[in-house]
Amino acid sequence: MIEQAAIDAHGLSAEEYRRLVEILGREPTLTELGIFSVMWSEHCSYKSSRRHLRRFPTDGPRVLQGPGENAGAVDVGDGLAAVFKIESHNHPSFIEPYQGAATGVGGIIRDIFTMGARPIALLDSLRFGALEDELGRPTPETVRLVDGVVAGIAGYGNSIGIPTVGGEVAFEPGYAGNPLVNVFCLGVAKAERLAKGVASGAGNPVYYVGARTGRDGIHGATMASAEFDDSSADNRPAVQVGDPFMEKLLLEACLEVMETDALVGIQDMGAAGLTCSTCEMAARGGTGIDVDVSRVPQRETGMTPYEIMLSESQERMLLVVRRGREAEVERVFDKWDLHAVRIGEVTGDGLLRVRDRGRVVAEIPNRELADAAPLYDRPTRYPAYLDEAQQLDLSALSVPPDLTRTWLDLLAAPAIASKRWIYRQYDHMVRTNTVALPGLGAAVVRIKGTGRALAMSVDGNGRHAWLDPREGGRLAVAEAARNVACAGAEPIGATNCLNFGNPERPDIMWQFVEAVDGIAEGCRALGIPITGGNVSLYNETDGQAIDPTPVLGVVGLLEDAGRVLTRLFPAAGLDVVLLGDAVPDPAGAGGLGGSEYLKRVHGLVRGRPAAVDFDRERALQRLVVDAARRGMVCSAHDCAEGGLAVALAECCIESGGIGARVDLPGPTASNDGFDVVRALFGESPSRIIVSVTPARGDELLARARSAGVPAAAIGRTGGDRLTVSVAGDVVADLALKTAEHAWATGLTRHLDPAAVEGSASWESAL
Amino acid sequence: MAPPVEPAAGVWGLIEDVRGIGGIRIPEAAGRTSSGGVPVWRRDPPMKFAIVQFPGSNCDHDAYHAARHVLGRQAEFVWHKDTDLRGADAVVLPGGFSYGDYLRTGAIARFSPVMGRIREFADDGGPVIGICNGFQVLLEAGFLEGALLRNRRLKFLCRHVHVRVEETDTPFSCGASAGQVLRLPIAHGEGSYHAPPETVDALEANRQVVFRYCDAEGAATDAANPNGSLRGIAGVCNRRRNVVGLMPHPERACESALGSEDGRVVLESVVAATAAAGAA
Repeated sequence: MIEQAAIDAHGLSAEEYRRLVEILGREPTLTELGIFSVMWSEHCSYKSSRRHLRRFPTDGPRVLQGPGENAGAVDVGDGLAAVFKIESHNHPSFIEPYQGAATGVGGIIRDIFTMGARPIALLDSLRFGALEDELGRPTPETVRLVDGVVAGIAGYGNSIGIPTVGGEVAFEPGYAGNPLVNVFCLGVAKAERLAKGVASGAGNPVYYVGARTGRDGIHGATMASAEFDDSSADNRPAVQVGDPFMEKLLLEACLEVMETDALVGIQDMGAAGLTCSTCEMAARGGTGIDVDVSRVPQRETGMTPYEIMLSESQERMLLVVRRGREAEVERVFDKWDLHAVRIGEVTGDGLLRVRDRGRVVAEIPNRELADAAPLYDRPTRYPAYLDEAQQLDLSALSVPPDLTRTWLDLLAAPAIASKRWIYRQYDHMVRTNTVALPGLGAAVVRIKGTGRALAMSVDGNGRHAWLDPREGGRLAVAEAARNVACAGAEPIGATNCLNFGNPERPDIMWQFVEAVDGIAEGCRALGIPITGGNVSLYNETDGQAIDPTPVLGVVGLLEDAGRVLTRLFPAAGLDVVLLGDAVPDPAGAGGLGGSEYLKRVHGLVRGRPAAVDFDRERALQRLVVDAARRGMVCSAHDCAEGGLAVALAECCIESGGIGARVDLPGPTASNDGFDVVRALFGESPSRIIVSVTPARGDELLARARSAGVPAAAIGRTGGDRLTVSVAGDVVADLALKTAEHAWATGLTRHLDPAAVEGSASWESAL
Repeated sequence: MAPPVEPAAGVWGLIEDVRGIGGIRIPEAAGRTSSGGVPVWRRDPPMKFAIVQFPGSNCDHDAYHAARHVLGRQAEFVWHKDTDLRGADAVVLPGGFSYGDYLRTGAIARFSPVMGRIREFADDGGPVIGICNGFQVLLEAGFLEGALLRNRRLKFLCRHVHVRVEETDTPFSCGASAGQVLRLPIAHGEGSYHAPPETVDALEANRQVVFRYCDAEGAATDAANPNGSLRGIAGVCNRRRNVVGLMPHPERACESALGSEDGRVVLESVVAATAAAGAA
């Protein structure tokens, strides 16, 4: 007889408990209760989000594997597939930054090689609390978290030998009690050999391989489905410890096994460990599975079946092998000094049967356990804060006296400044495929043996999503795809990580639904299928929810790896062409709503972010990709945080001392005096700065015209200064060296002051 | 740039290179090289690299790709449990984390079966190069003198740096000119070279310091020293000069697409040295 207390402790509602009793036709054993609780947790069952995720476009001519497997896959030609996915590890990273982030990397890597793909790239989307206080001093708690998370990502990725080639990081007060660590991994597989997490063929043996099972991570999945409070620090036992060396062995051995056809199915033991891998594989195969936990290699003594089934120890895989081919498989694992243990077999009865030394301790209908989790249509409510937050009254603000200072200040903002301190801790070159180094735009890795390359970008803006969740979702899609296009790649697939608060709160659920609709609209409009992703809810601490943060990971294909573009002006004497509106967001508030300028200079997060016109966006991206293919443009850079002025500076910084002088049209006669500020720092989508040789400038402008993309030659590259004038009057002007120093040290001066003081070494580093 | 590849191989062979049991084996690309992506046939003497694979090696494929597909030479992986160098003319100990390196870096690798064979190979005068973790293994195994400590800022550091070629009479630098400045990537957390003063003095006296960190102009300044190595030492050789270890990754700098081709001279040096030895 199960006590009510036990049911509550497992986070199951009375309705959910009633349902599981109905499925079993009896009261569950404690082990069965544990198994149901993790499988039906938000983390594993997506019970609050699933019905909404169905609105994502998931089909396309290139899609080889959509949502539902360990990762999605798209066709990239030559019989190859790009396999990719993004996943969150937010809660563990807050409790233990290093191990939380490290095991997040380990988990997503397993998802990729489980598909039969060789992982070749990692990216990270990180969110932390404010890095500076009101006085511009570093906030120790944020510094500690950043240091731990970055070290954890580096520690795992560098050891296993998969390059971390890019990502993004943002600092907002809303993440102080709940940082976000979203990890993206991409691999390359033979299209016709994609592996599946399926258990089929009654009688086929089930193997366990990898690290021994310990008590770590028990109820990690349920933890990820609960809010934090002061007692969260006591959750440490629920955080797993990573072993990248073990995973390296698993990665190589599994890929080697997959070269044979002795394997029926394979799945990693991630959230909900052995429970999830066994019942999901059998559910996909329409079979049953019978395992004896006493055969599972154990790290600790006296573990109960309950603990073994729920443990989230890392670096473990479950394999279903063709009967009669066991020796082949065991030989490969022996080569890598891994011990593959047979723990059970596939059955035909559709049951997940768990034994302990032969004695049955759990017997659950698979399909119900995996697929019959209760789905909720959570109530939504328009948030009370929103109307007020969207009001932006500039008349209460004064225009900064010195816009050159403002420009420098923005370049030094942690959100904009160089992320060098972070990405230099990552081995971003291993496997010699990285054809665009980090910090120059989208990450680009070549596919050896083909002339091609893949560009990747992960983007999201919680500030935008907080002010307008739907537009925030649309903007994230547009920006990630635009960044990929700026590298010269055609966007061909997307994955997403949806980070939100407690879905049981109607206003949070409203944010979620709006963001999902926005992402769906954007992907549909740009023709980019979503092949999978991850939802992370309950990102709250003491009732304080994070900014809603939909993060998009977009993958693009470059037909010619030799034509990759970066943000850098490659030479002096080139025309600087702005593709897109010269005056940001002409229809709206001039792109100041939710802008970095407004936050940095006036300490405000208000207004509405500029809306995306997807017809314009699509035309713009196609124009840039086409121009890149023709070798018509020499560089391309998206205008994002900080607007055109910051984007222009970024085209010159690290270019080897090539400055630029541009003249912007305007001002449009508004009466609030902010026109020049808008022209410089206003943020609106669908704007790209490109450089082009004077000889081909007219051709580019003509193509833009016929594509329906506004375009104007706004200046020239060259000199050692950055100068912006509006309608002929110089409004901001600074030495490139000064801009470079502000940008290069903006983040590092908080994270590693010593590195900045030795300014000499900085110059050499620039 | 698409390296040359026989149709039979398919591109997968280039992505995965040669795998072990059940692995795809692509036909020998020997005698071929690629210049600017254009396959060129060449007839100079064959040359084979043995690339040692410890279970935690992760730059093994970088070295293989550079030797096989960029230089167009023969290359074969040699498993750490193996003692047959497959008739190789030169041995590469690649970067990575050999056996996980939870213990002291490279401390376990020295005991692996293959190291005994490599010792014989080196004692016979065979050229051996240890890159990054491979350098650490050579130090642990006593092929080379000194030790590598945590970087001075205690963080893993991945970036391009400059090194100056100090000695050109080793098989891995004979193709370079004395004082030549190479732009190479580093990627390590424990690359700060250290040794007792008298040892370092001896190394300098015997001209065993082969590579030294410097700035773009070739000046060995402290600012140009990325990890706090003693006297900016980036690579050394043994007394016999046939065994070289260095922290930077020449194998990652053999193609302009990757940001630098300066590393080619290191691998091409040993090709020339082997040819010369063959002619002699």
